[in-house]
Amino acid sequence: MSANGLKAGSNLEKVLRAGHFAFTGECGPPKGANVEHLKEKYEHLRGVVDAVNVTDNQTAVVRLSSLASSALMAADGIEPNFQMVCRDRNRLAMMSDILGAYALGIRNMLCLSGDHQHFGNHPQAKNVYDIDSMQLIALVKQIRDEGKFPNGDEVDVPPRLFIGAASNPFGDPTEFRIYRLANKIDAGADFIQTQCIYNMERFRAFMHQAVDMGLAEKCAILAGVTPMKSARMAKYMAKFVPGMDVPEALIQRLEGAGKGQQGEEGIRFAIEQIQEFKQMPGVAGVHLMAIEWEHRVPEIAQRAGMLPRPEV
Amino acid sequence: MIIADRKPLEEILEMVHDCGSILLVGCKGCVTVCNVGGLKEVEILAATLRIARKKEGRPLEVAQRVLERQCDPEYLEPLRNDYDQFDAVVSMACGVGPQFLSEAYPSQRFYPAVNTRFMGGAVQHGVWEERCAGCGACKIHLFDGLCPIARCSKSLLHGPCGGSAGGKCEVSAEIECIWDKIVRKKMENGRLADLRVFRPAKDWRTSRDGGPRRSIREELVK
Repeated sequence: MSANGLKAGSNLEKVLRAGHFAFTGECGPPKGANVEHLKEKYEHLRGVVDAVNVTDNQTAVVRLSSLASSALMAADGIEPNFQMVCRDRNRLAMMSDILGAYALGIRNMLCLSGDHQHFGNHPQAKNVYDIDSMQLIALVKQIRDEGKFPNGDEVDVPPRLFIGAASNPFGDPTEFRIYRLANKIDAGADFIQTQCIYNMERFRAFMHQAVDMGLAEKCAILAGVTPMKSARMAKYMAKFVPGMDVPEALIQRLEGAGKGQQGEEGIRFAIEQIQEFKQMPGVAGVHLMAIEWEHRVPEIAQRAGMLPRPEV
Repeated sequence: MIIADRKPLEEILEMVHDCGSILLVGCKGCVTVCNVGGLKEVEILAATLRIARKKEGRPLEVAQRVLERQCDPEYLEPLRNDYDQFDAVVSMACGVGPQFLSEAYPSQRFYPAVNTRFMGGAVQHGVWEERCAGCGACKIHLFDGLCPIARCSKSLLHGPCGGSAGGKCEVSAEIECIWDKIVRKKMENGRLADLRVFRPAKDWRTSRDGGPRRSIREELVK
């Protein structure tokens, strides 16, 4: 830890440390080396969020690398949250990319297992899973805080990264999810971004447990929000995305909005969620994953009262 | 045991396309138990190949033999007198068989008639499932007798990923989420504390990652 008490000194860490309600966004890199396209997407998020998650071949579809995209973003003055999955890299490549990320100006990183390659556009691929997400969290922490690689060798300038992890309160078995979150915090997660929340009742119960167990004090928990673009999207997520809980009432609400109005209704629901999260004990911020809807983020942020973002 | 599946007939026919005669060799080991390469399956494949080639107007002479095992040089001896009397030898053993045969009789061509799949057992008549990944450092006891290395699609060591739903794996509804099972078993038996333990990164040197493996039992080596 540095003299100012910060672990990494990222904007996100400073926002949270100052006690502000954090707001992070997400940007999926393009399916190609189209840097202009990447810029166009992240420009919508400039000044609107505290950090931008850069996804790592999400849903196992090949895209511009999360490391390269994060570095481009950092160089352009937008703070990235570099995502890394365990599916595509062994521990050598991981450590090397962790060091590389820091060297390129990246200060936040999110440690994930990763969607199985079966979902993606190269299902023939061999997966790696040399280590799992829990071990990745611990690995980044060890390199950062002890300045040592797992073999005991000194790290010549340890990478100071603010360590993030994911939590899915709706995955099965449900009763274990809070303990898995606790394990990730024990392993070294500084902040958590949850899976998209639609079932508010279940999330309230989850956060209640997190507060009771003292987890929210140890770690900043950011609630995941993905605005529904349509009732069709809601039905698709309910049916085909494993570990996602989309209540029937929400689907009906979107359908009830009528044609052409479903997107607006989805945004209204997301804004209501954000308003509630601001008041919910233990929730330190919101992670807005507006999938291929980056251009709507400024409006959502404005209407949800998340602007202006704090200068820290 | 080792579980294998018969290759599609078309693939086997393609392999022996230029042959006029073959020797089909079964094995009385694992492939007999999993009904893929024992006496019965050798007879069926031999007859099928003969019929298929007869239809093409290019008859194939198929001799057949079933060895005690194909993974032990002494049991390969029965082939010594006539292995070279055929255009090729097709093995119905696991992947070990054609290799031991090739090593014993370097001048002959050996083809595999089965795809070797995994180490597992029968969960019902006619259905086999994977149970062991052969990682070389068994830790099954830590997971209440259920191996996540072999049975979790991501070989995770710290519980189910976010894609576990309804006891099924995110990869397919046909695959059970073994972590769902491990967690339920631990929690039902009051062993939640086991699931709060951090497990260090696995040492894969004992697995295939350490290179092709060898096991030496000093007391047996002459």
